[in-house]
Amino acid sequence: MVRVPKRLRLVGYRLLQAIPVLIGIVVVSFLLTRALPGDPAVYFAGPAASEESIEQIRVSMGLDRSLPVQFLAYVGDLLRGELGQSISTGQPVLTELTTRLPASLELTGFALLFSIAVAMPLGILAATRPNSWIDHLCRFVVTAGVSLPTFFTGLALVYLFYFLLGWSPAPMGRLDILYLSPPHVTGFYVIDALIDGDFETARAALAQLILPAVTLGLFTLAPIARMTRAAMLQVLEGDFIRTARAAGLSGNKVLYTYALRNAILPVITTLGMVFSFALGANVLVEKVFAWPGIGSYAVEALVVSDYAAVQGFVLSMALLFVILNLLIDVTYTLVDPRLGMED
Amino acid sequence: MSIPLLDIKALTVEFGTRRGVVDAVRQVSVTVAKGETVGIVGESGSGKSVTSYAVMRILDRAGRIAGGSIVFGGINVGKADERTMRDLRGREMSMIFQNPRAALNPIRSVGRQIEDVLIEHSLATRADAREKAIDVLKAVRINDPESRYHAYPFELSGGMCQRVVIAIALACRPQLLIADEPTTGLDVTTQKAVMDLIRELTAERNMSTLLITHDLGLAAAYCDRIVVMEKGRVVEEADTATLFANPRHPYTRRLLQATPRLDSKVADLLPEEDSRRRTPSTRPPGETLLQVQDLVKVFPGKDKGDEYRAVDGLSFEVRSGESLGLVGESGCGKSTTSSMIMRLLDPTSGHILFNGEDIGAVPGKRFAGHSARASLQMVFQDPTDSLNPRWSARRSISDPLMRLASVGGSALRAKVEAVAEMVGLPDHLLDRFPHQLSGGQKARVGIARAIALEPKLLILDEPTAALDVSVQAVVLNLLVELRERLGMSYLFISHDLNVVRLLCERVLVMKAGRIVEQGSAEHLLDRPEHPYTRELLAAIPHPPSSPPRVSSESEDSVIAARWP
Repeated sequence: MVRVPKRLRLVGYRLLQAIPVLIGIVVVSFLLTRALPGDPAVYFAGPAASEESIEQIRVSMGLDRSLPVQFLAYVGDLLRGELGQSISTGQPVLTELTTRLPASLELTGFALLFSIAVAMPLGILAATRPNSWIDHLCRFVVTAGVSLPTFFTGLALVYLFYFLLGWSPAPMGRLDILYLSPPHVTGFYVIDALIDGDFETARAALAQLILPAVTLGLFTLAPIARMTRAAMLQVLEGDFIRTARAAGLSGNKVLYTYALRNAILPVITTLGMVFSFALGANVLVEKVFAWPGIGSYAVEALVVSDYAAVQGFVLSMALLFVILNLLIDVTYTLVDPRLGMED
Repeated sequence: MSIPLLDIKALTVEFGTRRGVVDAVRQVSVTVAKGETVGIVGESGSGKSVTSYAVMRILDRAGRIAGGSIVFGGINVGKADERTMRDLRGREMSMIFQNPRAALNPIRSVGRQIEDVLIEHSLATRADAREKAIDVLKAVRINDPESRYHAYPFELSGGMCQRVVIAIALACRPQLLIADEPTTGLDVTTQKAVMDLIRELTAERNMSTLLITHDLGLAAAYCDRIVVMEKGRVVEEADTATLFANPRHPYTRRLLQATPRLDSKVADLLPEEDSRRRTPSTRPPGETLLQVQDLVKVFPGKDKGDEYRAVDGLSFEVRSGESLGLVGESGCGKSTTSSMIMRLLDPTSGHILFNGEDIGAVPGKRFAGHSARASLQMVFQDPTDSLNPRWSARRSISDPLMRLASVGGSALRAKVEAVAEMVGLPDHLLDRFPHQLSGGQKARVGIARAIALEPKLLILDEPTAALDVSVQAVVLNLLVELRERLGMSYLFISHDLNVVRLLCERVLVMKAGRIVEQGSAEHLLDRPEHPYTRELLAAIPHPPSSPPRVSSESEDSVIAARWP
């Protein structure tokens, strides 16, 4: 019972550590966007604008002021919860992010679920039967997963399952136009539709989701399977596995309670890395499946030096990563009692 | 004799390796009767552990029982299906291992690990498992079992972990306990406590024990019968008294001789005709080389109150040509002391005078460039881990010469070869990497590296702890020879009083950062004054004194085993 407050303190300490990181992110994202080539005022004014009108726009956007002043204004807006307006779409950045971020999260989340469901059993089986056919299969899947670019697997899947077989709906966004988007609760269409009790819409949203999620999942599968296999192999060599076997524990008990729980730590780290990586690497998948995610939004904004949108994107991604790392740290301390000691 | 509990007949175990099939165990026959304690003694590679794994049928994937039979309580272990084996393991026969901390699941509380076994063998239900696990902890004499139930292995000492491993093994009251080097790596007093516990529990329950060890002394003290194995074969088998009184096989004799006894000299460890035998000279030591005054090392704790005084006001001196032994158990501060003298750690206070100069005042980070650096060298405990795995033996020995003496080119080559010759390392081994060398050869590389610069003081930190006794015998004699040849002084650090006294004229006994007793080695052994010294001495298991001569059948060798 002594252990619980210690762990809570550890979690609180990790939370505090996130604060300087956040401040740093605000500064860096601001400076980085200013360092982008191109003048947003020129772009916004249009090709036929005169010097004066460009200047006028510059003033109205606040771009004529010095960097520190602009930064203070930016921080002030942030504190009020304003991320500014996107100059290319004219929409408030916050609104766009709140609709697009869940789309990306839904896609990445499902992709990860898919790859965990495939990669972990594959890795475990490969580790328990080294050099068997399943080990070779694992090696093949891992190699194929990383070496095939996502846009290729995406297109191949569309060709096969939509064009040839007709099993999946047209790869056009999150929901077929025949359906109304479900009432907003979490922003995840499948979950929102289920909450609403509308199974028809949920099924349709899921059908749209499967192909892009599998495309992304095939790519993220490789590092997870590889890490599971390596970690399991290492743990299974351990002396305490021999003790457990010598004590007559059943194969499943040894494999899951003893080996897997010890091997899961590096796998969790890998999962975190893969998740953050997949969120950013989404762009190609989003393009192929016309998925209204955050990746394509950011790329478009970047091309036209849309400061507010880029800043909003960088900030929200950074926040996500901070939360993700926190979650991983907390999971770690929950799984491994040894970590509680290092104050 | 009635039917034995365990009957191994002509067992052969093969291992599939990259270089083909290797027989690890060949035609081994051993029996263990009910209530009997049998020791299997042998050095590394003798196949003693593999034999025990075969009995439990927990061989690695590559291992295979290729011939012979193992019958345990009427069940043919070699032919039994996995289900039967699982019921046998833990329930009827169980095993404890060396390195107890690694033998426990690091992220599961020890209580739960005991519960797992009880529940698996249907001796407890989820409802009463906890209570029964605490009873088991009580049975292995763990204090405060209710709170230890929640402890994780990393929170317990090595001896405590071994008690938990024993608790897991004995939880289901099996008939046979296999103990595979159960006390290697533990302090001598802990070793005695653990072995006494095993003896007591097995006697109480009329269990049979198979004790696997490299230590003849341990086997002598605890076994009824001893089986000696060499290179996968049984070379001799006899009851303990007979074996020590009248060893028949040359290997047994060699092993017996290499095991230090109370009255053996360092030369006695090797056969009489061995040219490597050395006798330390009795020349009186010269002037003071190293003087340690009031040395203190404090490690700060988390809070102000719990700082840790690892070394607490230590004073001693080493004269030139002298060997001083520093003896104590883990945590007594002996390694901290050696690190401070080597200037790897900065002392909190006190002086380290080397040749009259206070090297303790030189910051550790800058000591590498100090003129005294070349005169101070160290030989480390683990011959494998203390060598860079990517460096050949030649490169390792060259390293100090290049860095501290700026020797290069053909002079370097010649010097390395001369040093290698001095430690008895053949030229053709110089270009091998650590993994291609045996333990004894790696120890020689470590010694060659340390003496390459002809240091005045050599710190030996348990230099033979990881070696087989026969290799230890050779290395100890080599160290005696090198000291005479190069005129070095030794600071010999060890937990084993029995090994230290072979080399050292004077011995310090350390406990909790302080010296509790010091004096000549003979005096300490014969008339220990401090209770701690007496405890240490009593804990060392000895084979019976008075070694039987290798050359002739000795008439006075019928002496019973000494039971500590």
